[in-house]
Amino acid sequence: MKDFRGETLSWDAEGGVIELVLDRAPCNEIGSATLGELEKFTAALELLQEDCHALIISSPRAEGFCAGADLRELYHRSQALPPAERVAGVRDFVERIHRVGNAIDAAPLATIAAVHGVTFGGGFELALLCDLIVADKMTRFCFPELRLGLIPSFGGIPRLKRDVGNGVVRDLLLTGRSINASKAQAIGLVSQVTGEGDALRVARVTAAQVVKFDRGATTAAKKFIKPIPYAELKQEVDIFCELFTRPAVEAGLRKFVESTDALPYLP
Amino acid sequence: MSTIQTTTDEVLRLASEHFKVPLEKLNPDDDFFKKLGINSLQALDLLTRIEQHFKIELPDYELQGVSDFRTLAERIQSRL
Repeated sequence: MKDFRGETLSWDAEGGVIELVLDRAPCNEIGSATLGELEKFTAALELLQEDCHALIISSPRAEGFCAGADLRELYHRSQALPPAERVAGVRDFVERIHRVGNAIDAAPLATIAAVHGVTFGGGFELALLCDLIVADKMTRFCFPELRLGLIPSFGGIPRLKRDVGNGVVRDLLLTGRSINASKAQAIGLVSQVTGEGDALRVARVTAAQVVKFDRGATTAAKKFIKPIPYAELKQEVDIFCELFTRPAVEAGLRKFVESTDALPYLP
Repeated sequence: MSTIQTTTDEVLRLASEHFKVPLEKLNPDDDFFKKLGINSLQALDLLTRIEQHFKIELPDYELQGVSDFRTLAERIQSRL
């Protein structure tokens, strides 16, 4: 499929560049609908990448790039299952996300995340799949999972560790604090910071530069410098599933679900 | 050198500009969530503006329980 318009996202390909656009209210929370369409995308990627050289992931949502996993759906789906089956249910979801992430991470394309606003949790992890992150100056990155008694589970820890120093990973993980685009650039996470509303434009200009180069050289360079940490990714899933069974997590998720605040896990 | 007074004034000005609320309607002891009509997500925008303007890092956990401009200015001042 050269183009697709779904319930949560769409894509099209032109001039050697694929644009994947997330668009699910309120802030692209990743639940089963988004996952299903991301799976369609990675299936289509097999064909798309034959004619394309770059991929841009972005979102027009005013609130931000992506607020992460749809925790309300996660909680309700989990509660609908008998307690003994809950971990298996969440593991299945997380492993599916990992297959999608690994496919995008390994794609023989130059991949660019054009982010803005809230880029939290699973949204941050989605950006970390990409080779380059172009961030609007109002972007904030955060791993709030520990506030809920969990760890990131979409591959965020090994991929952040791949890109920045271990001390930075511990800071973001253990404090759950959010950082702005300038700080993210200073630690080497973001390649370019743009003016407000300019991230997608800059990502497109960057993609236009990338597609001028030999595709084989791009793929070889990427494979050399951006290995996929499969063993640690698997470990992350195991730790997440182990933590998920604890009563404190269920209580934290319930509190989140019952809250009416826009970002209930923040101060 | 910034004083707590000038920092408070700057915070009020930034909030006024970003959320389009007349400056004269904002006071240091106002609850900024209520006065600006913002939620936690929009408060992050204010935090980003503050970090950019004062060229500081202000971890959001330092703002836990902070809802008035004066206390917010004190937190900023301690980072200057």
